[in-house]
Amino acid sequence: MEDKPRLLSIFNVLSLLLLGVATWMSLYYAPQEAVMGDVQRIFYFHVSAGWVGMFSFFVAVIAGIALLVTKDRRFDVVGMAAVELGLVYILINIITGSIWARPVWNTWWTWDPRLVTATIMELVYLAYIMLRQGIEDPDRRARFGAVYAIVGFISVPLTFLSIRFSRTIHPVIIGANDPSAKGTFDMVGDMKTTFFFSLFTFTILGVTLLWHRIRLGLFAEKVEQLKMKVLS
Amino acid sequence: MTTNLFDIFFLHEGHAAHTTDYMYMGFAVIFGVMLLHIFSLYSRSRNLQKDMALLKDLEAE
Repeated sequence: MEDKPRLLSIFNVLSLLLLGVATWMSLYYAPQEAVMGDVQRIFYFHVSAGWVGMFSFFVAVIAGIALLVTKDRRFDVVGMAAVELGLVYILINIITGSIWARPVWNTWWTWDPRLVTATIMELVYLAYIMLRQGIEDPDRRARFGAVYAIVGFISVPLTFLSIRFSRTIHPVIIGANDPSAKGTFDMVGDMKTTFFFSLFTFTILGVTLLWHRIRLGLFAEKVEQLKMKVLS
Repeated sequence: MTTNLFDIFFLHEGHAAHTTDYMYMGFAVIFGVMLLHIFSLYSRSRNLQKDMALLKDLEAE
């Protein structure tokens, strides 16, 4: 693999430091929520992971459009990297949501619009990874990936807006709540600081991991090309 | 003060729920999945480097 850019090394260190501070803020700096107790502290990373996941899927759309316009297969590597990162962080989002729900809603899972749309979103992108593997021709695979990433993105705004436009028990922390929402709370000053710091931390972490994954994808392409050359 | 004690004992108000175990579980999942992903990136990178070295040897022969 090519030498690591200096900026990427800076991002590595920065991500680690920020993650350490964000963890400390979530566990000690932010006050304990008066009703839910300590489990509410998951919220800071739960939302941030959701943000990284959804933003990654958006990056996959941009990469998909760029690929269809330029026919440059490197954008396929970017799209694949973004989808993989999105899948990992949406998985964290779903599992932590379930852990939070157990003491607050008294269940690990309920067929709430937000939970269902988030899971569908995860499955849509999981299918992206699986379906890609069935296509041998790299150009066809790249075009398929681009179109799928663009169409599949419909699931992202659906998930984001599901708690704002449907009857749900999932709380809306920023914006108006449905009266049937359970587990809502008002963020006080230190909670807000921790929340926005966590969002910033996960954004930097997401960019760092995406960069690493793109480099890995480009290197894999090089290995594949050399393999073809040696075999021919 | 009397009202607070009344609320605490009879209405169970003023006390946060004991949910610390769930918090630990949540953070364990967050860091566990993140570490697995990073290890997966590292592992794939190392395998590709081995492949590249092998292919370069084959190409040189």
